[in-house]
Amino acid sequence: MFDPGKLPVEVVQILDENGNGDERQLAAFSDEWLLRAYREMRRARVIDERLLRMQRQGRIGTYAPFSGQEAAQIGSALALHKDDWIFPSYREVAVCLMHGMPLEQFFHYVQGRLSGKRMPEGVNIFPTQIIIAAQTLHAVGCAWASKLKGEPHVSVAYFGDGATSEGDFHEAMNFAAVYNVPVIFFCQNNQYAISVPYRKQTASRTIAQKALAYGMKGVLVDGNDVLAVYETMKQAVEAARRGEGPMLIEALTYRLGPHTTADDPTKYRRPEEVETWRAKDPLRRLRLLLERRGLWTEAQEDALVAQVNDEVTAAYEAAIASKSGSIVDVFDYVYSEAPTLLAEQKDEVMRRKQRSGVR
Amino acid sequence: MIEAINEAMRQEMERDPRIIVLGEDVGENGGVFRATDGLLAQFGEGRVFDTPLAESGIIGTSIGLAINGMRPIAEIQFLGFVYQAMDQLAAQAARIRFRSAGRFSCPIVVRSPYGGGVRTPELHSDALEALFTHSPGLKVVMPSNPYDAKGLLISAIRDEDPVLFLEPMKLYRAFRMEVPEEPYTIPLGQARVVKEGDDVTIIAWGATVPLAAKVAAEMEAKGVSAEVIDLRCLQPLDFDAIIASVEKTGRVMIVHEAVKTGGFGAEVAALISERALFSLSAPIVRIAGYDTPYPVPSVEDDWLPNAERIVEGIETLLRY
Repeated sequence: MFDPGKLPVEVVQILDENGNGDERQLAAFSDEWLLRAYREMRRARVIDERLLRMQRQGRIGTYAPFSGQEAAQIGSALALHKDDWIFPSYREVAVCLMHGMPLEQFFHYVQGRLSGKRMPEGVNIFPTQIIIAAQTLHAVGCAWASKLKGEPHVSVAYFGDGATSEGDFHEAMNFAAVYNVPVIFFCQNNQYAISVPYRKQTASRTIAQKALAYGMKGVLVDGNDVLAVYETMKQAVEAARRGEGPMLIEALTYRLGPHTTADDPTKYRRPEEVETWRAKDPLRRLRLLLERRGLWTEAQEDALVAQVNDEVTAAYEAAIASKSGSIVDVFDYVYSEAPTLLAEQKDEVMRRKQRSGVR
Repeated sequence: MIEAINEAMRQEMERDPRIIVLGEDVGENGGVFRATDGLLAQFGEGRVFDTPLAESGIIGTSIGLAINGMRPIAEIQFLGFVYQAMDQLAAQAARIRFRSAGRFSCPIVVRSPYGGGVRTPELHSDALEALFTHSPGLKVVMPSNPYDAKGLLISAIRDEDPVLFLEPMKLYRAFRMEVPEEPYTIPLGQARVVKEGDDVTIIAWGATVPLAAKVAAEMEAKGVSAEVIDLRCLQPLDFDAIIASVEKTGRVMIVHEAVKTGGFGAEVAALISERALFSLSAPIVRIAGYDTPYPVPSVEDDWLPNAERIVEGIETLLRY
């Protein structure tokens, strides 16, 4: 009998919430790497907080903040090569920034502009997915193509705990294992799908254990420990590149903010719970380690925050200043060549635009 | 027709190594209708894939394959099963180009048998083309004979957009027809005048084309000259061919198997009223499936458009 109650629940962790860990394991991470990971996470946090404020000020549209999930996002993205493919949902802004999405472009996206949807050439990030878990299948197909072409790239599907209830997640896991393709299923279990907590989402003790039923390896990692996330992701990516097939990673983390700027989390969770997770903040613990090693000061922190704030302001202003696009553009990206009836609709819109221009 | 479809895929796979075939039972078994017969033997397990039983998975992975350089031909075993994959088709494949503002495209072909009259179990006979003509970004092709099937399928495979290729199950082995051995294409979006006529225009696609042609031939003996137009492709649509015929005859009948309300016939009728209303001498007649779920085999012949209903419709048109 396969008894789920007897499955081990081991969480990979290198750095605990007070910034301590096994010195031998910690020694594997250079000062330079730790500083980079911290800088990237702090940058992501500052950007996230600014975006939230800008939404409140009416300067951008609906936004899904990721504060609290920086270690899961930055740690996993740091383990990837530029040519690897990313299939994000809407909360993966830190991942996308790490993988080459220009910040200015993200402003186009949150300002509701068509130009925000086009990743620059050479940036292998698929457009932000709205339908939960739909991207997991795209990642599997993309990885399958890499395998068929003999290319060494991996594909990563990013999704949350809620997505594991979707049929597409099941189909994607199954296809990935059957065809043994180089794909990583990276689940950020942030404990909530909007308001629905993990315990109502699944009776499975962990998401990681779901891998077993597909004949796949699964691993549970402390998603607020950037070192553990990076190390776990690196092993999964290397295994996939060697042709050893897919892996499911469950990163245990917590969304400190609302689901989106249209959400009020006080309706479904208590402040004490949020405080418990604040104590496990991914930035705080890495900063404690850096300070212990004498690598980081308050002055450096202030300088970094100021620099990122300037970066955000510059990206926002550049986005505002650039040509915003018009209704005429929407007709150009439906088919490779607009069918006659669609082209007629475009002409109609252009005529109206020209007329109003004359007035 | 099944041989023409098979030959089109075989020849295209010989031409372009990026083309792969995937679906349920398409490998060893060669497809439940043998459309993919012999492809596994010729092209091997790196080109032809028996997939797990998962329609959304078939389309969803095809999208990923396509954006990363492959040209997948996916089979949905029966069109009635496509509801399982509606998100991946209408919300994903159809929008890849739009959602990425042109960075990515999704050149996949989704083949699927559809249509009634062959005594299938439930959800094996439904004509669901209107679901896809209502989803911008998809192309919808519906051949009615072996020659068109081969030329249109080759065009669909070479197309840069996702194409639904809906094959009338009843016509798979209905009649034989000379089909050129060498590969050829028929442009998507070109209707075909099956039979010329002056009194009535009958517009049909897929399974109802041979039926309309047969009735039109019989009516000829009774002194009624009916023109039959096979749309062949619903998106893009050759409305010039429709309008030209309507302007000639002034009387229009649209025949399709799909349920009447919201069917593609409604779109054709609306286009005619927008562009050729004053050429009409009579109200447009639609002969279609009734607005019920596709029925059980024992009554399907009375549910589907048939010769009796078409003759009645022509008589109605001629009364004006």
